[in-house]
Amino acid sequence: MCGIVGLFLKKEELRPQLGGLLADMLITMTDRGPDSAGIAIYGDEADGLKMTIQSDTPDSDFAGLEAALGDVLGQPVTVRVVDTHAVITLPEGAEPAARAFMDSRGLRIMGSGTAMEIFKEIGLPKDVAARFGLREMAGSHGIGHTRMATESAVTTLGAHPFSTGADQCLVHNGSLSNHNQMRRVLTQKGFAPRTQNDTEIAACYISSRLAEGSGLGEALEGTLEDLDGFFTFVVGTRNGFGVVRDPIACKPAVMAETDDYVAFGSEYRALANLPGIETARVWEPEPATVYFWER
Amino acid sequence: MQTIDLATTPLRDMNAMLQSQAAQTNQTAWNIVNPKGAHAIAVGLDAPIEVTVSGSTGYYCGGMNKQASIHIAGSAGPGVAENMMSGTVVIEGDASQYAGATGQGGLLVIKGNASSRCGISMKGIDIVVHGNIGHMSAFMAQSGNLVVLGDAGDALGDSLYEARLFVRGNVKSLGADCIEKEMRPEHLEILRDLLDRAGADAKPEEFRRYGSARTLYHFHVDNASAY
Repeated sequence: MCGIVGLFLKKEELRPQLGGLLADMLITMTDRGPDSAGIAIYGDEADGLKMTIQSDTPDSDFAGLEAALGDVLGQPVTVRVVDTHAVITLPEGAEPAARAFMDSRGLRIMGSGTAMEIFKEIGLPKDVAARFGLREMAGSHGIGHTRMATESAVTTLGAHPFSTGADQCLVHNGSLSNHNQMRRVLTQKGFAPRTQNDTEIAACYISSRLAEGSGLGEALEGTLEDLDGFFTFVVGTRNGFGVVRDPIACKPAVMAETDDYVAFGSEYRALANLPGIETARVWEPEPATVYFWER
Repeated sequence: MQTIDLATTPLRDMNAMLQSQAAQTNQTAWNIVNPKGAHAIAVGLDAPIEVTVSGSTGYYCGGMNKQASIHIAGSAGPGVAENMMSGTVVIEGDASQYAGATGQGGLLVIKGNASSRCGISMKGIDIVVHGNIGHMSAFMAQSGNLVVLGDAGDALGDSLYEARLFVRGNVKSLGADCIEKEMRPEHLEILRDLLDRAGADAKPEEFRRYGSARTLYHFHVDNASAY
């Protein structure tokens, strides 16, 4: 099954409400995916780069991290610990060295970018939302996922969203049937998927198309040509939000749009408590049709 | 009028209350408020009662309905009126996938659009859609009538048995073994009655009829290589 939620705000003044709205949407989708949950949230732009990392032993791993990483980079960094995750702000150009440092310490990199932060863990969506303080988060847009695992193990890294490019993330409901072939193609292009998960391959695919110069719309169109299987994808970029369903469209999807926001839910339940939903334009996205918004 | 508020009443209690109404009940009008997309609202009813759902519903609203008249004042999620036996389900908005699937009787009216697989494997239900329907609608439909005032998506009536399909707008493509057929006077009569009961503003003469070519019913040796 799996549940997807997404919210793309059109008005600056709504930014403080993003986390609260997204948390409620995520929790309503618990029935569709109770084994793990995750969110990507596009918050304030960092001066430099934000990198979200995760550890199973955060107390010991995150203690002294700020000083140790600062020493290695020769420049100051900031570390904000959020439960099992930490958001590190790095100076520009320091990402390769920081990645090597994290790898050497066995710390998992969930994603990086100027605006995006990613938090995901095993457990019920309400518990995951509470652990990370999702309700208090502000931002311009965000994507969430509740997972019922089918193609790979229930692990933190197997939870969605997947991020395989700066400020890029993808969540998926469905299962891909040609992901092993695509894994080989994308590995040859220089991607290094970290899991056996089919969705990570879809994320790599979008990242590869964007890196090759495609726009978000073209990259999403490409999934209809190159990926085989069942999918409803919701994709985030630094300034964009996109949705595409496969031509058979078995996996459910509902969207709503008002002057204030664009929202996505696997079911209407996820949208039922959004402000102004009574008068919103609510529709089911068509099969094999790309929808995207950019600011 | 009895009102059940789903914000305070558990879903199972609501269904149990509606399901326990006897044929001679004097509580004939019910209003379900705050549905907020909940699943399985007003399922398995078996009494001539009128149920209004004031909002949009999730999966399987009105499933297995017998006798009851269910009116959804919003849109309906997947599988609305699935396996309906008799009675009516009317949706003011849109319906998601497989509306009226496997329905054996009764009337399903969708005033907006229906999504993919509308009327899949229908077995005697009548479905009237005021708007459009999505792909693979009436797949393996066995009997009953599907009336569409708008357009139909890809592969309409694939592997169709004896259901009658009437479409006023364009059909994007016909599925395997589905063909256009002659509209005879008895079909116009059926259509007139259904359009009237569904409150649809359309003339029977504006529709085209589609049905089974009946070439897939039995194994044919010429098709042996296809297996």
